[in-house]
Amino acid sequence: MYPRAFSYHRASSLKDAATLLSQLGEGAKLLAGGQSLIPLMKLRFANPVHLVDLNFISGTSYIREQDGAFRFGPLTRHAEIEKSASVARVPILHDCAAGIADVQVRNRGTIGGSLAEADPSGDWATVLLTLSCEVRCAVQSSDRTLKLTEFLKDAFTTALAPDELVSEVIVKVPPENSGGAYIAFKRTAPVYPTASAAVQLTVEGDRCKDITIALGCVGLLPIRAREGEAALRGQQITPKLIASAADAARAAADPQSDMRGSADYKRQLVGALVKRATEAALRRARGQQVEVSHIYA
Amino acid sequence: MPEAAPGVSIQVRVNGKLHPREVEPRKLLVEFIREDLELTGTHIGCDTTYCGACTVLMNGAAVKSCTVFAVQADGAEITTVEGLAKNGDLHPIQKAFGDCYGLQCGYCTPGLMISALQLLKDNPTPNREQIRKAIAGNTCRCTGYQNIFKAIENAATTMRSPSHAD
Repeated sequence: MYPRAFSYHRASSLKDAATLLSQLGEGAKLLAGGQSLIPLMKLRFANPVHLVDLNFISGTSYIREQDGAFRFGPLTRHAEIEKSASVARVPILHDCAAGIADVQVRNRGTIGGSLAEADPSGDWATVLLTLSCEVRCAVQSSDRTLKLTEFLKDAFTTALAPDELVSEVIVKVPPENSGGAYIAFKRTAPVYPTASAAVQLTVEGDRCKDITIALGCVGLLPIRAREGEAALRGQQITPKLIASAADAARAAADPQSDMRGSADYKRQLVGALVKRATEAALRRARGQQVEVSHIYA
Repeated sequence: MPEAAPGVSIQVRVNGKLHPREVEPRKLLVEFIREDLELTGTHIGCDTTYCGACTVLMNGAAVKSCTVFAVQADGAEITTVEGLAKNGDLHPIQKAFGDCYGLQCGYCTPGLMISALQLLKDNPTPNREQIRKAIAGNTCRCTGYQNIFKAIENAATTMRSPSHAD
């Protein structure tokens, strides 16, 4: 399958890419990992007139830890994040990176591209919503830093202006005694999840000091299950309370029926995922090594 | 909408041999490998980033070549299934797929062998679960995978032996 013909531009720096975007106008698209964009172009859902390739810019793929935060380059591949020993200290990030599609896609796909794509079925936005995350966005001559919640506007829609690009993703390292887990339900590895749940919590003694729960693939944007969080925050976590949080998550979900399942099915599913992710997050917050894997149908 | 965009000059090293070519920007790496270089061992299965039949190594990393443009491989080092055998001797992975009946129709096999190569470079002693994860992006509709697991385990054993230098 061939996409529509386009002109190819190879950016030499992020600044150059932003300049190209402003010169070429709205018919231009950035090419990062291409694992969503190229399939969309082949199916002719996306028909850019100009493609600006970011892959030849050096120094855009990195993981740095400074001032209590991870800084990810816009073209940092999922596979690099999956293999990073420092990122493994925040297990929910590793769960996310290691569970995206398959080896081949993780070798190409990027964290910046995933966020800029804002596919409601994408993994990163859901997971990063449970952490303190900011997205640096750059135009030719300046940049600004947005909270992830300000950056994500709607399905496939971000706050990026047509001539603006993601230049860095900043994720705060959670405090001591924290743990998180991300679990998706997938029909097979290469496809998007049917539903997913990300839970990040902090314990103090035997109580849950703080918790964030985000649901993926069950709305146009990842959904915070705030009532579910409220059911657990400040409490001693019991199976009964986890069940209430899962019920609240089911109520917060806003899924659509599609070939992956009916809305009711997805609502059931996302509750079960919240339960499993909360249990794993809790054990991790208590210092246990817990392997988490997505569930494949 | 341009009818045909200007061609771009690229140089791609495939299985050790440098190929300078001019390509249309929308040409996919897999089409470049199959049509321009006539290396038809790399297959197109689904053409939608699912099945992995088109898997090749690009600078040492397994990629689905139906989801990379040829222009992106400019300056890159590509390994296809044709690059596995050396001087007429099958690579241990190829030999193991034969010995263990790790294929039936053979369509997915080149992609699976490249994924196996990536795995065994990174992890010479994979367990079953690690093999399963490593080939999760390769679909086989014939075998049910059991003999593929055996083939990769068999190849791992051969490649760990001191007599195997590669």
